[in-house]
Amino acid sequence: MNPLELVGAEPGPAFTVTLDGREITALPGQTVAAALWAAGVTSWRATRGAGRPRGVFCGIGVCFDCLVTVNDRPNQRACLVPVRAGDTIRTQEGTGHGD
Amino acid sequence: MVGAACALYAARSGLDVTLVDRGPVAGGTTGAGEGNLLVSDKEPGPELDLALLSGRLWADLAEELGEAFEYEAKGGVVVAATPEGLTALETFAAGQRAAGVEAVPVAADQLHTLEPHLAPGLTGAVHYPQDTQVMPALAAAHLVRASGARLLTGRTVTEVLRTADGAVRGVRTDRGDLHAPVVVNAAGTWGAEVAALAGVFLPVLPRRGFVLVTEPLPRRVRHKVYAADYVADVASDSAALGTSPVVEGTAAGPILIGASRERVGFDRSLSLPAVRALAAGATRLFPFLTDVRALRTYLGFRPYMPDHLPAIGPDPRVPGLFHACGHEGAGIGLATGTGRLIAQVVAGRTPDLDLTPFRPDRFPKEAG
Amino acid sequence: MATERPHLAVIGAGPAGLAASLAAAAHGVRVTLIDSAAGAGGQFYRRPPAGLGARRPEALHHRWRTWRRLGDALAARVEAGTIRHLADHHVWCVEPVERAELVVHALLGPLQEEPVTVRADAVLLATGGYEKVLPFPGWTLPGVVTAGGAQAMLKGGLVVPGQRAVVAGTGPLLLPVATGLAAAGVEVAALVESADPKAFLRRPVALAAHPAKVAEGVRYGARLLRHHVKVLPRHTVVAAHGEQRLDAVTVAALDTHGRVGPGTERRIACDTLAVGHGMLAHIDLAESLGCRIDGLNVAVDEEQRTDVPGVWAAGETTGIGGAALSLAEGHIAGRSAAARLTGTRPDPHTWARAARSRRRAREFFAALDTVYAPPAHWTDQVTDETVVCRCEEVTAGAVRKAVDELGAGDVRTVKLLTRAGMGWCQGRMCEPAVAGLAGCEQTPARRLLARPVPLGVLARAGDPEDD
Repeated sequence: MNPLELVGAEPGPAFTVTLDGREITALPGQTVAAALWAAGVTSWRATRGAGRPRGVFCGIGVCFDCLVTVNDRPNQRACLVPVRAGDTIRTQEGTGHGD
Repeated sequence: MVGAACALYAARSGLDVTLVDRGPVAGGTTGAGEGNLLVSDKEPGPELDLALLSGRLWADLAEELGEAFEYEAKGGVVVAATPEGLTALETFAAGQRAAGVEAVPVAADQLHTLEPHLAPGLTGAVHYPQDTQVMPALAAAHLVRASGARLLTGRTVTEVLRTADGAVRGVRTDRGDLHAPVVVNAAGTWGAEVAALAGVFLPVLPRRGFVLVTEPLPRRVRHKVYAADYVADVASDSAALGTSPVVEGTAAGPILIGASRERVGFDRSLSLPAVRALAAGATRLFPFLTDVRALRTYLGFRPYMPDHLPAIGPDPRVPGLFHACGHEGAGIGLATGTGRLIAQVVAGRTPDLDLTPFRPDRFPKEAG
Repeated sequence: MATERPHLAVIGAGPAGLAASLAAAAHGVRVTLIDSAAGAGGQFYRRPPAGLGARRPEALHHRWRTWRRLGDALAARVEAGTIRHLADHHVWCVEPVERAELVVHALLGPLQEEPVTVRADAVLLATGGYEKVLPFPGWTLPGVVTAGGAQAMLKGGLVVPGQRAVVAGTGPLLLPVATGLAAAGVEVAALVESADPKAFLRRPVALAAHPAKVAEGVRYGARLLRHHVKVLPRHTVVAAHGEQRLDAVTVAALDTHGRVGPGTERRIACDTLAVGHGMLAHIDLAESLGCRIDGLNVAVDEEQRTDVPGVWAAGETTGIGGAALSLAEGHIAGRSAAARLTGTRPDPHTWARAARSRRRAREFFAALDTVYAPPAHWTDQVTDETVVCRCEEVTAGAVRKAVDELGAGDVRTVKLLTRAGMGWCQGRMCEPAVAGLAGCEQTPARRLLARPVPLGVLARAGDPEDD
């Protein structure tokens, strides 16, 4: 049983967002992180020093590991920000400020 | 920091040195500072002479240890927003040049070549290539290490031990006595308390400052940039809150924003008015900062002296007692010169600078 | 204005904040409940958003009836206008101003760029807690998440991070995380607990006093069996493996001294590791207000008052203790605040039941604390190359060097000398690890800003014309 079946979910209509230009299907109410997990993506940031991949760690907005660029705004916490139809999500490197 | 520098130069002059601190290394004002080694904010006089000496010594140390404490000769840029402000700034700079400071006028149309993200509409600036920065806690720790001094942290001095004829013979701590014919008071903002243990009056007072630290950014602020009114603020005697924006990028990425000054004792709670003024000043200088996030703010207590000069040298009231404290916001920058001068006078040699302006007994004890 | 009822701002809409808001609103106080989430409930009662149309959200929860009662009561109070609920408000500072007034400064989510202020006569801090995770080689790999994080993503987003998980660490949270993931279709390869929960059997007094907790434990045990989850007590994860993401973990048995037994290591293939070592309180707002901190928690009196006038605190922020304790503390805090704000003398007899359950819950958690503990020698497994500060990528080797060569003996000095704790999370994740590696106690970090604030917002904060 998957999580949606477990709670008898009847989600609203799915919509499309992009991750680095690639189309991803998301459900209304999901966070960016949840949409990415549902699409099988678990990392979307490379660290400033060693360039290592990171994604969700704490899941509640405390650790800032899941930073991502949404609609050209860098350093958003993917675990907090709800995904909206048409969002442009970009993986980010370094400080997220184009360095 | 000053204690670490005293230890280093004293040890290098052949003395056996023990360094005692009730907290950790850099646990006082050093750990709350930005690590400025500035000449730009000093008018000609004894403090500037000390800053120039210190700058040379820092450069020497940087040859040995510079990478370890992030020595960066980034230079300072002092900007003026009005024609009157610029005239005052240029007059000030002319005096500094006469005293040996490199101070290069920057025309309004050249400002953005120097600092591309500065706000438009500024009148002009002066560039001070000698202004430098170190990471203060690392500097203190590496100077202590290089000194080879015995380091006793977490140990509180409770008494200055004296001989029958009044001379210093060591200190008592909460974990035993330490015997030495010379005691240097490098307790910074808490220097008055140590002086009092030796029975002498030294008016070091805490002057609180906040620093704001942003999220990590690519290097967008190249120099230490501040407004011309900063100098007036430093020299002010007011206890009330004074702020003037001081903005600088760091090698690690975050931008540091100072500087607020207020005399409120050792109050460690957040003052939103102080932090708000810092943010307002910084965003006026660099509009791009408006959307940049502050990750933290911290505070420290500068060792303020009524005449804005540190106490450096022997205390004629207590033989064997030396003071090296009260550097206000310039303790990191002035530490090396102070350490060198202390090592010289402890060894009985003639110091590189005349210590008269820094005499520890220059303040008449207040009534009562 | 004189006719208006006194105004209490409650920060945090988890069990403590909800109980406090309801109690205060029922006793003559106007309440503004300020919370960062889109819906009330906190981490404990985190639920999927309406858009996901969950018909049976209770399948991922226990004590759902309590939530229904709280949620319904809140809805009624909001309807009646005695509680104003500000969702998606991220509080960064509480500022005491003149005339015994406090100003709550928040950022409007989700972008957290626009400021909002709330003026109140008193503030009640119910800011909850977050998970503590101790490092081990590989813990920064994608696929390694906190146990609470896995649960939050499941409860709130109805998603799981992979197909095969190991749940590891220590503490009572691991049980619901393992059973929750299993129920949601994840194969839970093992539940690795460094403590020996059987130690509880040696505490019959603590157990006998809490039959509901015993029943809860039995229920979880049955669910683990049903999902074929292998439980490895007195075991620990010593490393996580993978290149770009997790593909396996190595677990090992612990001896009676809390050391890894040589030769007991075994590798378990998995794409997910949910790991946690207990909880820490959010105390930033209390710290910037200058409230007295006891250890790592906000110090409160019998009425849940801090030592700063007009500031109450309840729930995990005063000490980790679970939802039942939070409800009791919140109720007492709300009653006390209401009484004092309306100028009546608080009468503890009127909240005797809550005081009793507060005492029992604290006793129970004290007993839990003696059982659930990370391995005594966990730092042995942390290689010098292991990143300790996830934000600034400071390694254990750098921390050890600061301690051994530069004389750092406390968390703050290590931070100053290495940058561990200076990044985005401001040390919330690495402080327990740094303290362990430095061999010192973890001390409050004095985070004067509770979250990142745009400088443009800060530059206008508290301007009267902005209110």
